[in-house]
Amino acid sequence: MTTLSPTTPARTADASEYNPKADSRAAKRTRSIVFHTLSLALIAVVLYPALWMVSSAFKPSSEIIGNSSIWSSHFSLDNFVTAMGGIGGVSTAQFFTNSVVLALGSVIGTVLSATVSAYAFARIKFPGRSIFFGMMIATLLLPFHVVIIPQYIIFQQLGLVDTYIPLLIGKFLAADAFFVFLMVQFMRNLPRELDEAAIIDGAGHVRIFCSIMLPLMKPALISSSIFAFIWSWNDFLGPLLYLNSPEKYPLPLALRLFVDQTQSSDYGAMIAMSVLALLPVLVFFLVFQRYIVEGVSTQGLKG
Amino acid sequence: MTQTLTRRSGTAAAPPAHAPRRRSADARAGYTFLLPWLLGFILLTVGPMLSSLYLSFTNYNLFDAPKWIGLDNYTSLFQDERFLQSVGVTLGYVVFGTPLKLAAALAVALLLNNATRGQGFYRSAFYAPSLIGASVSIAIVWKAMFGDQGPVDQGLSFFGINLGGWVGNPSMTMPMMILLTVWQFGAPMVIFLAGLKQIPQELYEAASVDGAGRLRKFVNITFPMLSPVVFFNLLLETIHAFQIFASAYIISNGEGGPAGSTLFYTLYLYLRGFSDFRMGYASAMAWLLVIVVGIITLIFFRTSKSWVHYSGDSK
Repeated sequence: MTTLSPTTPARTADASEYNPKADSRAAKRTRSIVFHTLSLALIAVVLYPALWMVSSAFKPSSEIIGNSSIWSSHFSLDNFVTAMGGIGGVSTAQFFTNSVVLALGSVIGTVLSATVSAYAFARIKFPGRSIFFGMMIATLLLPFHVVIIPQYIIFQQLGLVDTYIPLLIGKFLAADAFFVFLMVQFMRNLPRELDEAAIIDGAGHVRIFCSIMLPLMKPALISSSIFAFIWSWNDFLGPLLYLNSPEKYPLPLALRLFVDQTQSSDYGAMIAMSVLALLPVLVFFLVFQRYIVEGVSTQGLKG
Repeated sequence: MTQTLTRRSGTAAAPPAHAPRRRSADARAGYTFLLPWLLGFILLTVGPMLSSLYLSFTNYNLFDAPKWIGLDNYTSLFQDERFLQSVGVTLGYVVFGTPLKLAAALAVALLLNNATRGQGFYRSAFYAPSLIGASVSIAIVWKAMFGDQGPVDQGLSFFGINLGGWVGNPSMTMPMMILLTVWQFGAPMVIFLAGLKQIPQELYEAASVDGAGRLRKFVNITFPMLSPVVFFNLLLETIHAFQIFASAYIISNGEGGPAGSTLFYTLYLYLRGFSDFRMGYASAMAWLLVIVVGIITLIFFRTSKSWVHYSGDSK
């Protein structure tokens, strides 16, 4: 509500420039108040689950169920202490480390493979390019469940089940077409004259890619890294299929284990662990929200 | 890897005068740069797709050699009550969840498009659930919120509506799952908002001069101008909705209950393939999903000609 007060006087000042009529100034002011009230009310509804989650993490389990209020008289860190204790003899710090290793591996693999492949699609003329580009777009729409069974069989026969290789190899081979597509779109908007000038100067594709494209692609590289990190962080099906030993589990699998073993008896610790698992995503969001939201909106427009 | 790259494109740039040689050098450079994607495409997409097509005609349990059984997997699918139930659950989710989510996204985008101040803040706040909504954490929270005596039950009781816990009630799990997807309306909303900004203001001014009201402007300007974005969102969200997995798995403890009401298609596929090790059967399910999604995509593109408006100058 506090945001209303600084906003409205500025709006009326604005209005007076365009329309000196007093009644329309009042109308604009009312419209602005209605807009902000409506938006804030909607945000309260939309963010309620997140707020309830965070506040429940600090409440005793007995107060979580049967209580829809965000506030409590008994805030404590007990749930986090239980949650940090881990599960199945593995500490939560270990699950965290596993998640970080997987997410960083995904970021490196995705950024490397997607930029290189996108450069071929966006900047080099070669026979078959448009056919492959079409196929790449088609994989964007393909339900990936059609490949999980044979992929599992292959990795099982190679003895790679219960390692991180099945989870990471796809990232190094640009299997997520979304990122290739995003980079291609970005590169296409960079001026071609840069390449042409470089070619005249005798630069090859490696030089053009490293010294011209990469520095200019920084925004696309950042938003791809963020998305690769978050998607890997939240991924559940991949680890569920391939990982058997709890000491290799990333957080989502650890959470499932936690839910299975406590079975609603300790809601508080369960929710505290959920909060811990989301913490890096929330931090990323707060720090990089510009890149994230801009990334989504440009991606959508160019589709 | 980098060494071969350098050598090859080194030759690519050498003689700019000879066009044919340059072309073949470009071809080599092109395929070298494309190599990661090409390898992934062949080894992780096309190869596995063909192999799952083959497996779908076999009986295979991962340990014994696959046994050819022709179309048996496909025919027995349609006599499998659990399969038919999973189709029903998934279709219900897609048919109700996706339009509701997009309607919410469009409504909020239209609201925010009025803003002169604070739009960035609102946009980010509404977008946040899209980033976390499909996670295991949120599934756990959703389960707790919609459980017996949970905050949703409590809130509704306050208004005299006593539904009890949604999680254990087979007729309430679907609304709960749909609310979870509608909650993530932020991502399509951000895309709608970007689309709304592309609409030239002159169109609205001209319409105002002609005396058009708000509804007329929406029907004759906003919606047609926004239709490519609507199409994009509708296609992606529909395909996406077919593939919901983690939330359903967590909320139903990996069983699809109560009474099969959260037995989503991909969850049943997973259970068949990786709990029962009926991999041929699961492959047939996967291919059926590909075919259905393919047909839906085709229908979308075919019918789009009648309602999606592409203006001459913009993409």
